[in-house]
Formats: sequence, C-alpha cells, structure tokens
Amino acid sequence: MLTLTCPIETPLHRVEPGPKLLGLGLASLWLFQLQTPWAVGAVCFCVALAYRTFGRRFARFGAAMLRPLWPFLLILGLWHGWTGEIAAGLVVAGKMLAAVALANLVTMTSRLDEMIALVERLAAPLARLGLRPRVLAVAMGLVIRFTPVLIDKAALLGQAWRARSARRVNWRILLPISLIALDDADRVAEAIRARGGL
Amino acid sequence: MEKNVAYIALFAALIAVLGLVPQITLAVGVPITAQSLGVMLCGTVLGARRGGLAALLFVGLVALGLPLLSGGRGGLGVFSSPTAGFVLGFPIAAFVTGMVMEKWRAGIGAGAAGAALLGGVVVLYIIGISGMALVLGKNWIAAAGLMAAYLPGDLIKVALAAFITQGLAKLRPAALLSRAP
Repeated sequence: MLTLTCPIETPLHRVEPGPKLLGLGLASLWLFQLQTPWAVGAVCFCVALAYRTFGRRFARFGAAMLRPLWPFLLILGLWHGWTGEIAAGLVVAGKMLAAVALANLVTMTSRLDEMIALVERLAAPLARLGLRPRVLAVAMGLVIRFTPVLIDKAALLGQAWRARSARRVNWRILLPISLIALDDADRVAEAIRARGGL
Repeated sequence: MEKNVAYIALFAALIAVLGLVPQITLAVGVPITAQSLGVMLCGTVLGARRGGLAALLFVGLVALGLPLLSGGRGGLGVFSSPTAGFVLGFPIAAFVTGMVMEKWRAGIGAGAAGAALLGGVVVLYIIGISGMALVLGKNWIAAAGLMAAYLPGDLIKVALAAFITQGLAKLRPAALLSRAP
C-alpha cells in the first residue's frame, strides 16, 4: 500500500524516526508560544528554506501536502480581513502552516517499516497490560493489507450494481460492503488460527 | 483472540474504505464522506472496547503516514491541522457509540441510531470543534458555526448506521459483538 513517504531521497531519510519525532514535538511546543507575525513569519521562511534545500521536487511534494489547508487559510483571511485583526490572523495562519509543514517533513522522510519498528519498541511496556507487540504488528499488517482488498471488492460491488440497475449506485451499497468486511474478518481469524494462532 | 484482532483490523480498514466513498467537499475543507459512518459502525457492531480499539488502530496508522483519511490525507501533519480534533476524536466517538449500544436496552435499530447520534455526532463534534477552535484561534461558538454545514450529512449517517447495523444483525447475528450475550 502506498504511504506518504517521499521517494526523493534526502539526508533526513537516513535519520531514525525517533529523534525526528522528538524534534518535531519540541519544535511544535516552541512554535505554539510564538506571538508576533515577525517571529512566525521567520519560522515559516526557515521551514520553506529547509524544504527547498532538499531539492525543488521535494519542495513541490511538500507544498502539495499543504494543499488541504487552503479552505482554512481562506476562512482565516476572510475572518481577520473583516475584523481587521490582520496581525493575529497572520500569526494563526503562520503557526498552522509551519506546524503542519514540519510534521509533514517527518512523515515524508520516514519509511513505514521504520515507524512500525518504533511503535513496536514503544509498545513493549504494554505487554504487561496484555498487548503483545506481535499482536499489534499483526493488526497493523492486516489493516495495511486489507484496505486495498476491501476497496477492490467495493469497486466490484459497484460494477455488479451498475450491471443490474439503471439507477446510480447509492447508499444501499454500504450494507454489502460492511458485510464483506465482516465475512473477511471471520475468514482471516480462521486463517490465523490455522497457522498457529497469535 | 484471533477473532478480536481480525474484527478490529478489518473494521479499521472499513473506516479507511468508507473515506473513499465519493465525497462532497464543502468550502470549510472538511470533506463530507462516509468515514465517520465507519467510526459509528465500529461502535454499533463491535461494541465499546473493540470498536474503540479499531478506531484507535486507524488513527495510529494515519499517524504512521498512511493516506487513510478521506481525500488521501494522512501523516503527522493532520494532527496539527484544524481537523485534528475530529481525527483524534474517532476512538472516543467509537467507544461512546459502543458503550451506548451495549448498555441501552432498546431494539437494534433504535439502539444503533441513538448510539451513533451520541457517539458519532455529539461526542465527535464536541472534540472536533474544540480542536478546530484551538488551531484556528477562534472561540468555540465560531468554530461550531463553521461545522454546522456538516450536521445534516452526519444525521443522515446516523440513520445509515442504524440501517446497516440492523441489516448486519439479521444477516450475521453472531457477528454483532456489541449485543453478544
């Protein structure tokens, strides 16, 4: 399954996700308490510069990941433009962009297997509460494997619908989709038991 | 144990799949999809504990960088964005939905509708709007106003959750873990 890791290699790709996450946490906390548009603007500039030093394609990738924020920027622009609080609006918008961009930077430079390994290490203490890391790893693997499978099966259901009805596919298809998920869950449970269980 | 893991994982996958059901994006930027319907179903079908874990697994995988949110969004950036509250609220919403479904001794349809309304709408909106208010630096009422346009769609999802749960109860009665004796 495709992840959001950027295929363009950067030096950050070679850093372990643990330190990157720690750095992100500290940076986010520090960013949160900034007050003036100049400070926030400077941070945004530095973040943009960091993206750019990793290459133009990488920076474009990063910009694309910021695109879902545009409606909120529009709202902030309209709101603060109307009330006249331009500085406050710039601070909020800048903090939001910088925080999301920094977090995306970690996501784009961390491979899924590294992140899963980190999760397994962090989840080791939970073994005392009854959650073995292996069970968690199997659960994650199942979701990653079965999401595309369910998507394909839902698409097949849609085709079956269109083959049998002149009407457009509507909400009624959700029951068969849910049923497929349930039945697959039963079969997967049997399959795991057949292979020795958890 | 295997059944629990399989059900939790497959329902987490279902939340992801329901995020892809064709969506309408309003100007506020939170897409109207069936994704929260998936969260509701986790609660109404799996119950509080397993449903909550399924939603938690989903959120965890989003954090690891999988594009499972509607619109193919994912990664850590989501948790700094205005919709962070909604995403983080998924496990709690599923848990509350499951709790209501388990404890409220009404019929399956009514129980699922009430559970989905309380957990999937009331609780989820409270957490989501709080998150949005925090990130956008607005007060709670203003953020609630921004989200008001999504309410009709979510009320429809409550009805759908009731319909689907009832259907699943008839087709696979043993699979309805929220009402297992």
